[in-house]
Amino acid sequence: MREVAILGVGMTKFGISEKTNLEMFAEAALEAIEKSGLEPKDMDALFFGNCLGGFEEGQLHMAPFAHAELGLPTSSPATRFESACATATVAIRHGALLVSAGVYDIVLAGGTERAAKMDTPLATRTFAMASQAQHEYGAGITFPGVLAMAAHMYAVKYGIELSELKKHMAEVAVKNHHHGTLNPKAHFQKEITVDTVLESMMVADPLELFDCCPFSDGAAAVVIAEAGRAKDLMDNPITIAGMGQASCGPLYLQRDLTRVKAREAAIKQAYSQAGVGPEDIDVVELHDCFTIAEILAIESFGFYEFGKGYDAATKGETGFGGKVVVNPSGGLKAKGHPIGATGAAQVTEIVQQLRGECGQRQVEGARIGLVDTLGGDLGTVCNIILRS
Amino acid sequence: MAYPITYAQYQEYLKKGEFIGLKCAKCGSINFPPMAVCRDCNGTTLEPVSLKGEGTIRTFTVIRVAPEGKKPPYIIAMVELDEGPYVIGNLEGITPDETGMDLIGKKVRMGTRMVQGDVYSLGDAHVPTFTLME
Repeated sequence: MREVAILGVGMTKFGISEKTNLEMFAEAALEAIEKSGLEPKDMDALFFGNCLGGFEEGQLHMAPFAHAELGLPTSSPATRFESACATATVAIRHGALLVSAGVYDIVLAGGTERAAKMDTPLATRTFAMASQAQHEYGAGITFPGVLAMAAHMYAVKYGIELSELKKHMAEVAVKNHHHGTLNPKAHFQKEITVDTVLESMMVADPLELFDCCPFSDGAAAVVIAEAGRAKDLMDNPITIAGMGQASCGPLYLQRDLTRVKAREAAIKQAYSQAGVGPEDIDVVELHDCFTIAEILAIESFGFYEFGKGYDAATKGETGFGGKVVVNPSGGLKAKGHPIGATGAAQVTEIVQQLRGECGQRQVEGARIGLVDTLGGDLGTVCNIILRS
Repeated sequence: MAYPITYAQYQEYLKKGEFIGLKCAKCGSINFPPMAVCRDCNGTTLEPVSLKGEGTIRTFTVIRVAPEGKKPPYIIAMVELDEGPYVIGNLEGITPDETGMDLIGKKVRMGTRMVQGDVYSLGDAHVPTFTLME
């Protein structure tokens, strides 16, 4: 297998957009291609992420249209990936694998989503389609509901008063909103307080509105190349040091929702391939779809023992100056969550962090970064470790 | 190989209020809802077995912002059946305002309910529900 690196990256502003899915993707992709010193004709293939185009725009099979929008060669295939919220990370991983295997030399990968186009009931319905349809959706499960059940289980398992846990969860939102104020491309760029969270509106007990990420519009894309080609094209390609992806079934088979089994398997693969461990990671973009999800993730990575990561944000250990900076972009919580694009935006942030391009939110001296994206009701996790 | 109990057959059982799981001949685990392969050992010799329909709440939530077509608020519980499997369903017989952390660990009896399908689903379906035993 060949070493693989990331060249240019691009993303639109996340938030509410008037642009189509294709327009947003082309904007992000052209930025990534241009920064790579390349042209669309140089792309050997497109690994394209989108989840809900059928509901947002009545558009399926969007990949060849994205291909046409960019003017890619007919001989360069475009393939659509769907792994719920982990869609774009899975697309990037598969692009990187095929470059690594020598099938392609330079590929484009990323995703687009216009989730804010749907009203909340329809968006909630379509997101819930990523739960098991026959055995879970009948009860009316929603995504906040899934992580809400995980939060209740966490409180009981580790003997933490729910009111206490909720305050620490709120601190995750406060931190990520603060980070969002430093990111001009974030959906939300305003500070909040613990009271903002605790006094917002219950969405799924115990999750308040401000424990939840928003429905967002946006796109992001990256160019991936064989490492030797990458070095010829650019001064500072970012090496894909390790990747992992794992799958887990419906919630009723997962049982203990405080332990995301797919993440534990995926991160093990990524650490092993990269030859690094939790102590080596300088910066992380992880899947904080809900505040409790960030707590579960930092424990899965081995930054904290299980049951001990809940007060990390409160203690300032996951913010700037802490032991590992978690979600400097604002995370899904503040940067936004256009589900088909999220993973590519996380990779974009880590690449820019490792290049020292993040201005006010730069993690000083960051050399090794981790991307973590969770898909569905804990059913897919994809991790990518990047090195400068 | 054929499914020992298909989804359509599972639906027929639920309609009659019967809970039929599959016992693995290899490891003895009970699988519910029925599947083709034992979740614990990959065994494929699975024999239908009748479940008591009682279990313990392991976690819950109250859905207050619902998907299109569902009427909030409603309670969802994840229950460990006495025979081992976990099942997700609505907790009925109490109001969302009566919920609290003390629900976790309480014994429940499983029942069934018909839920109306929507344009995106396979149609109307019978699903497990729960009520508190004490």
